[in-house]
Amino acid sequence: MIDFIKENLILNDPLIVGANVSILLTLIAIVFVLTYFKKWKWLWTEWVTTVDHKKIGIMYIISALLMLFRGGVDALLMRAQLTVPNNDFLSPQHYNEIFTTHGTIMILFMAMPFLLGLMNFVVPLQIGARDVAYPYLNNLSFWSFFFGAILFNVSFVFGGSPDAGWTNYAPLAIEGSPGPGINYYLLGLQVSGIGTLLTGINFIVTIIKMRAPGMKLLRMPMFSWTTLITSFIIVFAFPILTVTLALMTFDRLFGTHFFTLTDGGNPMLWSNLFWLWGHPEVYIVVLPAFGIFSEVIATFAKKTLFGYKSMIISLVVISFLSFLVWVHHFFTMGGSAAINNVFSITTMAIAIPTGIKIFNWLGTLYKSRIQFTTAMLWALGFIPTFVIGGVTGVMLGMAAADFQYHNNYFLVAHFHYTLIAGVVFACFAGFVYWYPKMFGHKLDERLGKLSFWFFAIGFNVCFLPQFLLGFAGMPRRVYTYVPEDGWTALNVVSTIGAIGMGIGFLILVYNIHYSIRNAKKETTGDAWNGRTLEWATTTAIPPHYNFADVPEIKGIDAFWQMKQENEEKKKKTITYRPIHMPNNASTPFVMSALFFVAGFGLVFELWWLAVIGGIGIIACLLIRSIRSHKEDEGYYVTVEELKKMEQPFHKEA
Amino acid sequence: MAQINTTNNPDTPLEYQSETGRLNIFGFWIFLGAEVALFATLFAAYFALKDGTAGGPLPIDVFDLNNTIIMTLILLISSFTSGLAIHEMRRNNVKSMIVWLVITLIFGLAFLYMEIEEFIHLVNEGANLGTNAYWSSFYLLTGTHGLHVTFGICWIVLIITQVLRRGLTPETAKKVFVSSLYWHFLDFVWIFVFTGVYLLGMVG
Amino acid sequence: MMDSRKSNPFPWMQVVGFLLSVALTFMAVWIGMRAGLPYNTIIILVFVLAFIQAAIQLFMFMHITEGAHGIWQIGKMLSAAFIAIVIVAGSVWVLNSMH
Repeated sequence: MIDFIKENLILNDPLIVGANVSILLTLIAIVFVLTYFKKWKWLWTEWVTTVDHKKIGIMYIISALLMLFRGGVDALLMRAQLTVPNNDFLSPQHYNEIFTTHGTIMILFMAMPFLLGLMNFVVPLQIGARDVAYPYLNNLSFWSFFFGAILFNVSFVFGGSPDAGWTNYAPLAIEGSPGPGINYYLLGLQVSGIGTLLTGINFIVTIIKMRAPGMKLLRMPMFSWTTLITSFIIVFAFPILTVTLALMTFDRLFGTHFFTLTDGGNPMLWSNLFWLWGHPEVYIVVLPAFGIFSEVIATFAKKTLFGYKSMIISLVVISFLSFLVWVHHFFTMGGSAAINNVFSITTMAIAIPTGIKIFNWLGTLYKSRIQFTTAMLWALGFIPTFVIGGVTGVMLGMAAADFQYHNNYFLVAHFHYTLIAGVVFACFAGFVYWYPKMFGHKLDERLGKLSFWFFAIGFNVCFLPQFLLGFAGMPRRVYTYVPEDGWTALNVVSTIGAIGMGIGFLILVYNIHYSIRNAKKETTGDAWNGRTLEWATTTAIPPHYNFADVPEIKGIDAFWQMKQENEEKKKKTITYRPIHMPNNASTPFVMSALFFVAGFGLVFELWWLAVIGGIGIIACLLIRSIRSHKEDEGYYVTVEELKKMEQPFHKEA
Repeated sequence: MAQINTTNNPDTPLEYQSETGRLNIFGFWIFLGAEVALFATLFAAYFALKDGTAGGPLPIDVFDLNNTIIMTLILLISSFTSGLAIHEMRRNNVKSMIVWLVITLIFGLAFLYMEIEEFIHLVNEGANLGTNAYWSSFYLLTGTHGLHVTFGICWIVLIITQVLRRGLTPETAKKVFVSSLYWHFLDFVWIFVFTGVYLLGMVG
Repeated sequence: MMDSRKSNPFPWMQVVGFLLSVALTFMAVWIGMRAGLPYNTIIILVFVLAFIQAAIQLFMFMHITEGAHGIWQIGKMLSAAFIAIVIVAGSVWVLNSMH
């Protein structure tokens, strides 16, 4: 046992040892603080076992910010290594590990949970639901994501990180990487993928079956629409990932031959299956981002979203096409001309619905009185930046030209322009925009704008030079270069930009700290003069039951209409009815922890541990089946409680 | 969640009477959509690696068509009897519902028995999980289906005990109905396994 | 829309579906083993039969049209069929033309 730990604990790299020590100290500090303030029980009942979609959403967002920090440090380390030629700040192996974890973490453990967090928090409020359809599963979703992320991150200090790129191509990931790193990748993603799939199912059912009276599908806010469509993509795409990961796990652990070089295996099958999931995944993260921008732009342009229906049609078309373009990720793998042609055309076709959306946002802004809040700045910054990402995407989508661009910094710059301008800007916009709904006060606008300018300018300074580096022939994923390559100046500029982004992120985090102390409390639920239903709650932070009395929806921008008709004042005498609420759930946490145990066992081929974990998971399922009728009974918020909770508002009004 | 009888129409089947029931049945359909994608990926791997048979026996030499036809019929009958159980449930005949469920289970076990026998036979013929790409994908595809059948059997046993203990309520009726959807779906998948793997494997 | 509990004493739907399924299975076996058709024709025919039999499961055994959102359930399974064809046929097409 001790030998096992000795063998795998990484002690030869000063950077990682430093991280080890700081992780250990942080853990001790957390345990100490929780014990000292007697908060263990509070943590368990209020957060760990909660089924409240709002708290689960907040937990997702906190995890995402932590992961953004980790992924961001990876990025800065890479930039530090590449700033000057012939640098030996990082060893080649360490560099491989860092670009792998950077990519994987940013997509799966940062962008996904950030967006899922916002969806969780906002969508039930936006459609006037009491909670999601399956609150119990929602808790399981969060914890399996969380433990999957932990499993993936453990690799960093114990056994070594995956090092085959976030795309994890075979044969490099099978024959070329014998350590536990790739196993961590496979099982970490597998465990967190379960949570994502369940979330997809949960939101489809919630949105289709639990909308407020009168809210027809064509009256639904755009963010809820994008969540619905995204959920459909999740439900079809994530099972592909599940199987693909499982097949490689079998290759590595049980000697099968799916992606191997020998005995009939086909490494190209990995690329094919990976991107069958991977391309829809791109839209899974970018569509909700589009939804967030739509909400923010409509609110601060003070207009109904221009071209609401064309927005929805283009959403549906994008989701359909997203499953038909995967080959453009490996045009150069040797496909026939017919294949490359077909997938070139489908790829370029996606530009059409996406273009429609850009024009819709511009149409919304046209002749409006724009209010330049922080959230709006992120949205306005997104439009031109994302267009650069989109246009370079069409360039890459032409199969013949792709032979020039592929696998160099042009590609790297392209997808950072889509994913950072599209997704990260959206996460920040949504975070700032819905922050008062989560915590009852706004984030400081001055600091918020400062963080925007640092981040947005830093971003362009970092990635515009990378297009040029691509043209100059700098390949992706190299850990160093020589001065004669002539890439030094642009790399220096790029690193300066990365530092700017880092400062922007730090200001954003500091802003949370600053605003908790200095911001004034919101007194109404309507912090931004909003248009959609989530702003109609009676208190700044919505009560756990969301709405004491779900309003009748009469059109798009439901809350805006209610304000125009002054309905709040008319509705002084509400007859409250008891509201049915779900119980807390503790099994999902235990079950997810067991997923971690089983996953860890598989990573190191400790079969006994994997079996213990597996039996535990089955036991949890059994317990759930036997007890579900009691667990789902829930409880009622009584009329007296409702009156007490809602009273302060009516006095104010 | 468990607001019973929010729909008061007496013609509404028991499993649809509670809000939880309606949500769970609908959600299960969405889940089945995900299962389709899951099996489709396994099929994709199988068909893509179909020619990777070097170093092992050819499927045409080791498959036994009569055996698989019997397996197919057994699973089909179990799907049919599972449907009869739901039919009886809707007529409120708890006893005959349970009888049909038990018959379903017996056929399910028979199917599993034959599948395991077949695997043993194949292994004796030299077709292991690690023999070559073809057999890897064969075992993963049929094995995943077999694992689903195993899970289904355990699940239905669990549900029968719950019906016996608590009687037929909107809550247990929902469970019986959802598990029957799952069971039918296993036959749904098997149709394609039979056609794509065994039948076409025999054709050549 | 929903089956009444009293109106159907005999399970016609299930029995007819079962008989059709058995017939389709044997028809597929006959096409595959006895009819002597070219390989590609066999592939197409047996898969068409498989899809018909799958539809029988959905409509006659699984009551896919039931519930308040039957149309969504049908849409879900239709799009699932589309995705499945894309995954399987797409992968085979792509990988067989790699060189």
